[in-house]
Amino acid sequence: MQYLLLIYDEEQVWGKMSQAEQGKMYAEYGQFGAEIKQSGNHVAGHQLQPTATATTVRLRDGKRLLTDGPFAETKEQLGGFYLVNAKDLDEAIAIAARIPSARMGSIEVRPLVVPQAPKPA
Amino acid sequence: MDFEKHYREESGRILATLIRLLGDFDLAEEMLQEAYTVALQTWPAQGIPANPPAWLVSTARHKAIDRLRREQRFAVKQVEIAKTAEVSVSPLSEFEEDMFQDDPLRLIFTCCHPALALESQVALTLRTVCGITTEEISSAFLIPPATMAQRLVRAKRKIRDAGIPYRIPAQESLASRLDAVLLVVYLIFNEGYLASKGSALIRSDLCAEAIRLARVLCQLLPQYAETQGLLGLLLLQDSRRDARTSTAGDLILLEEQDRRLWHEDQIEEGSQLTRQALRRGYTGGYALQAAIAAVHAHAKTAEETDWRQIVGLYDLLLRHQPSPIIEVNRAIAIAMAGPLETGLALLDDLERREELSEFHLLPAARADLLRRLRRIGEAEVAYRRALSLCSNEIECRFLRRRLTELGAAGVL
Repeated sequence: MQYLLLIYDEEQVWGKMSQAEQGKMYAEYGQFGAEIKQSGNHVAGHQLQPTATATTVRLRDGKRLLTDGPFAETKEQLGGFYLVNAKDLDEAIAIAARIPSARMGSIEVRPLVVPQAPKPA
Repeated sequence: MDFEKHYREESGRILATLIRLLGDFDLAEEMLQEAYTVALQTWPAQGIPANPPAWLVSTARHKAIDRLRREQRFAVKQVEIAKTAEVSVSPLSEFEEDMFQDDPLRLIFTCCHPALALESQVALTLRTVCGITTEEISSAFLIPPATMAQRLVRAKRKIRDAGIPYRIPAQESLASRLDAVLLVVYLIFNEGYLASKGSALIRSDLCAEAIRLARVLCQLLPQYAETQGLLGLLLLQDSRRDARTSTAGDLILLEEQDRRLWHEDQIEEGSQLTRQALRRGYTGGYALQAAIAAVHAHAKTAEETDWRQIVGLYDLLLRHQPSPIIEVNRAIAIAMAGPLETGLALLDDLERREELSEFHLLPAARADLLRRLRRIGEAEVAYRRALSLCSNEIECRFLRRRLTELGAAGVL
């Protein structure tokens, strides 16, 4: 069977951690990722950028409604996912709007963290 | 050379080009500041260059390369900047001149991107397109400067991190994206025209900026009648700015304004633009609102106002843009066209609508009609209700004055 493992934590807690503490967690993630790749369990996984980078997309009466920010409805629940390539946010939003559930629910569009070039010492 | 004037008028489009070249709002702003500093130091002595914007772009770009080299950031993008900088000369080549023309549009559309919160769109447009300082923006909106600064930081961060492209939207989305831009311009004007909080009724700087933006949009996107409609509307509303408040800062209603203080040149230009927009077969929201403003503007006295025409225009407007607030305005126009009772009955119905329960102009309008009908007791109740919902000090003062006048009528 396949399972989706969704990671929830307090963004501001992560944000307040020192570089050393974050580095330690990244190392642990690296270790964990390598292990489950080894064991054949890994399919895909990535860190998401914080909710400030999110855009929520809905299609109502054929019109695209965008909201700045993450999904925040109490009546709707997570029902599925797509991981896509897109050249920019406009393309990602256009794809999101084509998802059939965009007509009745909400699609959160969140960019993935792009590995940075290492900063000079 | 008047640097402040130059900055206000030119910096927006220079910044727009730099953002495209450098791929980063903050870097572009900082390098532009540094370029202006050099200009301030060297131009008085060495003379103003033949093409100041090109000089500023070139200088800012060189400074950016210096900065990136110092910080040893050799990502692909920076290498590209270095390459194009070595190739470019001043004056700009013809190809670059074309790119230069499109940059202001790129900037406006990016600032007004629908993935940004509306308040962020407004703030970012005022800051980067209009060159208004964060302090000035925060004082106009009565928000602490630190909060406004944060709002701008977050907006720019989202543009960068979420991959909002620095582009004029593709043809198929241009019209709807333009709607978003026009809304931002309209909001900026309204903030200046009728402050939502506090005691300043008019902030003329914001009105002037909004009009300037609308002009730029008309110039750069002449194929869209909507922009003409909006510019027409803004000019017509702005034409009344000197008649709207007394020297004591009190509100003067349209029907009581000294029409000699209305700016005829703006009325003329605004009316012409409105006619053009309507003639192009467009009956969109702004052109219709402008047409209504034009009917008022062409009445020599309040009594001569063609209210029937205004009612007809509101009917059209409602069909295009159903909205309870427009229904209120239509009801007032129906009342003024006569008889008053017909309009009042419509307002009574609207009072039952939940979405209008916080709208202070509805009980204020009812109060006014009741006052004219000499139904003083009911008028008093309505004025008090309007006061309880009103947050603009100048409007509140006006409502209190009306209440006092009712009392002076000796019935309370």
